[in-house]
Amino acid sequence: MRQPAAVLGIGQTRHRSKRTDVSIAGLCREAADRAVQDAGLELTDIDAVVVGKAPDLFEGVMMPELYLADALGATGKPLLRVHTAGSVGGATGNVAASLVQAGLHRRVLAVAFEKQSESNAMWALSIAPPFSIPVVAGAGGYFAPHIRAYIRRSGAPPHIGALVAVKDRRNGALNPYAHLQQADITLESVQASPMLWDPVRYDETCPSSDGACAVVIGDEEAARASQAPVAWIRATAMRSEPTMFAGKDHVNPAAGGEAAAALWRQAGITDPLNEIDVAEIYVPFSWYEPMWLENLGFAEPGRGWRLTEAGETALGGRLPVNPSGGVLSSNPIGASGLLRFAEAALQVMGKAGAHQVPGARTALGHAYGGGSQFFSMWVVASTPS
Amino acid sequence: MTGVAVVGFAQTPCRVREDVTTSGVEMLVPIFAEVFRATGLTKADIGFWCSGSSDYLAGRAFSFVQAVDAIGAVPPAMESHVEMDAAWALYEAWVKILTGEAEIALAYGFGKSSGAQLRRVLALQLDPYLVAPLWPDSVSIAALQARLGLDAGRWTEKDMATVAARSQTAAQSNPQAQVSGHVTISELLERPYVAEPLRAHDCAPVGDGAAVVIIAAADRARELCARPAWITGFEHRIDSGALGARDLLAVPSATAAGLACAARAAGAHGHRPDGIDVAELHAPFTHQELLLRAALRLGDGVDVNPSGGALCGNPMFAAGLARIGMAARAVMSGRAGRTLGHATSGPALQQNLVCVMEAQ
Amino acid sequence: MDHPLRAPLEIEFDYTRSLGPVLSEFMTALAGRRILGARGADGRVHAPPFEYDPVGSAPPGELTEVGPEGTVVSWSWMPEPLEGQPLAGPFAWALIRLDGADTTMLHAVDAGSAAAMRTGLRVRTRWAASRVGSIRDIACFEPCHGVNAAEEAGAAEEAGAVTGTITPVRLSYMHTASPGESAYLRGLADHRLLGQRCGVCGHVYVPPRGTCPADGVPTQEEVELPDTGTVTTFCVVNVAYPGQRVTPPYVAAAVLLDGADIAFQHLILGCEPSEVRMGLRVRAVWSDSGISHFAPTGEPDAAYETYARDL
Repeated sequence: MRQPAAVLGIGQTRHRSKRTDVSIAGLCREAADRAVQDAGLELTDIDAVVVGKAPDLFEGVMMPELYLADALGATGKPLLRVHTAGSVGGATGNVAASLVQAGLHRRVLAVAFEKQSESNAMWALSIAPPFSIPVVAGAGGYFAPHIRAYIRRSGAPPHIGALVAVKDRRNGALNPYAHLQQADITLESVQASPMLWDPVRYDETCPSSDGACAVVIGDEEAARASQAPVAWIRATAMRSEPTMFAGKDHVNPAAGGEAAAALWRQAGITDPLNEIDVAEIYVPFSWYEPMWLENLGFAEPGRGWRLTEAGETALGGRLPVNPSGGVLSSNPIGASGLLRFAEAALQVMGKAGAHQVPGARTALGHAYGGGSQFFSMWVVASTPS
Repeated sequence: MTGVAVVGFAQTPCRVREDVTTSGVEMLVPIFAEVFRATGLTKADIGFWCSGSSDYLAGRAFSFVQAVDAIGAVPPAMESHVEMDAAWALYEAWVKILTGEAEIALAYGFGKSSGAQLRRVLALQLDPYLVAPLWPDSVSIAALQARLGLDAGRWTEKDMATVAARSQTAAQSNPQAQVSGHVTISELLERPYVAEPLRAHDCAPVGDGAAVVIIAAADRARELCARPAWITGFEHRIDSGALGARDLLAVPSATAAGLACAARAAGAHGHRPDGIDVAELHAPFTHQELLLRAALRLGDGVDVNPSGGALCGNPMFAAGLARIGMAARAVMSGRAGRTLGHATSGPALQQNLVCVMEAQ
Repeated sequence: MDHPLRAPLEIEFDYTRSLGPVLSEFMTALAGRRILGARGADGRVHAPPFEYDPVGSAPPGELTEVGPEGTVVSWSWMPEPLEGQPLAGPFAWALIRLDGADTTMLHAVDAGSAAAMRTGLRVRTRWAASRVGSIRDIACFEPCHGVNAAEEAGAAEEAGAVTGTITPVRLSYMHTASPGESAYLRGLADHRLLGQRCGVCGHVYVPPRGTCPADGVPTQEEVELPDTGTVTTFCVVNVAYPGQRVTPPYVAAAVLLDGADIAFQHLILGCEPSEVRMGLRVRAVWSDSGISHFAPTGEPDAAYETYARDL
């Protein structure tokens, strides 16, 4: 029933705090052109387009796919716009893949973006409706208490978060597209940076970025016709749960765990730590690396931080995590999930350049959003099965 | 390709409501209960959920998130969302069934337009640099399109009023309609313009509402419903967002979607499909029904909008889904053999979706 | 039965939009009282220009000047203008084909009355007195009346390059609280904490959500709770941001009220942020409008096991 599908090409913008040199369409087109070119195709070869981005309030444009139809070469074609909060980039990849897997289209373009500099992300995320108490200060204020709970539950030493920050920012310095390039960052400098939402420090926090990512997904025939290596989509998974409910585990959410279990089953993977060569995981605040390693099944609950501490998630370790620099280095919110999916594909295509994990053949792309409630992920590989 | 059919549909009465919020939960819970009762399904049976709604109706980011409460997503559910009319959420759900990842899917849409100044908010759908800063409201945009048709001799104000009168009369049989009743064309034409050349009856009312549709794959569909409405064509296309560059008297995206549906049905049956018995068209303005009839090549024998259509009840982000649901109901009730549900998105019919369903 | 509570909600932001090369050129020209268009792949001249051609998606080549006069191709009447629209008094919206262009521009015509409007009317640009590089540099259009357009409109001039534009967006809503939320807020005004119990799972939610998020069923059974509870987890907020109501540093905590099955967000004041701990016992401090914050009771901390499930 599900037809084979593969990533034929990927493109992304140079992510920056303000891309003042482009309009919203220009930002998207930069990524889309690169993806289509990377796939050895033209925009006219695309059969359908899927756009993903987070809240419309960020750019003040309602349903921007309407405005973007011409820019994305979608005029006259099917165009969908998905919005699943921070996981939207991942959902965009999954929906685009399903259009090919359902046998409906041969080549689909997925584009995810955010031009956060049009407004102020903190403002858009903190609009308090009447009758509510404005306690939470942005995403960091929402997640920091759960990080505290993880540290208590796991007994992790306090420097683990800083280790992740150092690793991801140094990886970012190997990625020409990354917003933050901090080759000289150290554990000491991270631990000396201002405390924003105790226990989360400034250098452990994702930036606010303008950026876009695009991926071309093709069917088996298109993949086999490709002159360059492709990334076969072995499995996809999406799960959601409510933001809040009695008994919710905010540290190790069931939706994430069940999505991962479904993903590994679909991919035929029984030992993720050994069978996955590289993982691009959505880590917007440093401590989410050990938390998601556990949630995804790479480590037992309470033991994810040991992988980080031992250096296993660095380039050269057993399971490099976020060799691209991850969300800690670039965070155009709507695009971040698709960037994880795309970077996973780049790895198994052998196109990751200076942040390439040598010999990577199977990779994970992961995204989450909302109050740790929306999860989307995929496994890509250099061979179809 | 797997057979997929609509097996259930429910919608709230469309009206201005003070007892519901923009989260949609209060509107969704009763219609989920209704559609589960009708099909004998529970939330545990739903393999994939997909919703359609818009933050800009609510005035806050992530406003679709709280609607997930209505699902009862514990244990976790496979769920997604489009920031579009829920007709496109149904499309995403249909695709999910085709991939084999789900057997039964539920699409829902909701909108509380009465909390916003709807015609002004929709100006934000327009080009953010060249048009939106002027705040052209949605009624004025539609009025510009209506006048083009009047000038070109495509229709008259009387033709427009005829659509309204017919719709309101038909809506008397639709308990969920917001506007219904017997009114004569000459009465309507005596009323003042609200945005010349449009009068109030030419425009959909502002109301709050929600809709839900359940679809299922072949064998499951037959278990759940005596007469499933089999989806034989499901297509959508988008036209340019540049209003000034687009021929506003043609709806190429609707024509293309309709033709693609017909081609798919012909492929499946091995012959040209029979005509449509009932068409539910998502036309929030009277002249747009006339445009869509022509664009979809619907002949005089087609029963258009027996529900009264969007002109008699237009719950934003659910209205397109409700058109598909009403068209499906015509098959499920045995009243019709082949029906068409249409949805539109964007200013002046920019984006269009067509869903063709048949009895078997 | 009380009506649900309602209150106005205003959202407002001055969006800073960068234009990119094509729109920068167009807006710079507008500031200098010139209107530019772009020729598309099908030979049509688009005014305003496209960034990406509807036919083939390519960006335009060189832009060419059009206008300043044009012809009304369609129009509608706006008897009571909405906030932000080009004119305060009644005006016509119109699709205007500028001389030299094949597509139309959407803008306003200050015609005075609907009777003065017709398809085919000749109109000319009325420039804003001060121009910044925005579509509103064209204040509106007006009927030509046969006068020499160039003289009346004002000579074109060189303007400094415009690369960005500011677009204020202000929207007004009427926000309605859910029935459950409304009951909760009315309870707060009486210094009472009212939760709801789900009839399926039996869990007590405060604030009540009206529907149990785990089961998707309405919750109706009202449960009154004491105003004491336990801090399950928290963070210390040090960041300032626009619209913030409490001055940092302050503690944002998850407070599990005694008898509730879910924690809710509130402030902890009445002690140093550094004194707040997981397990801290707290009591609500009431004000006229409800709970101002929670403060330590002085009791021994709750054992980790009593709230670990709620993290």
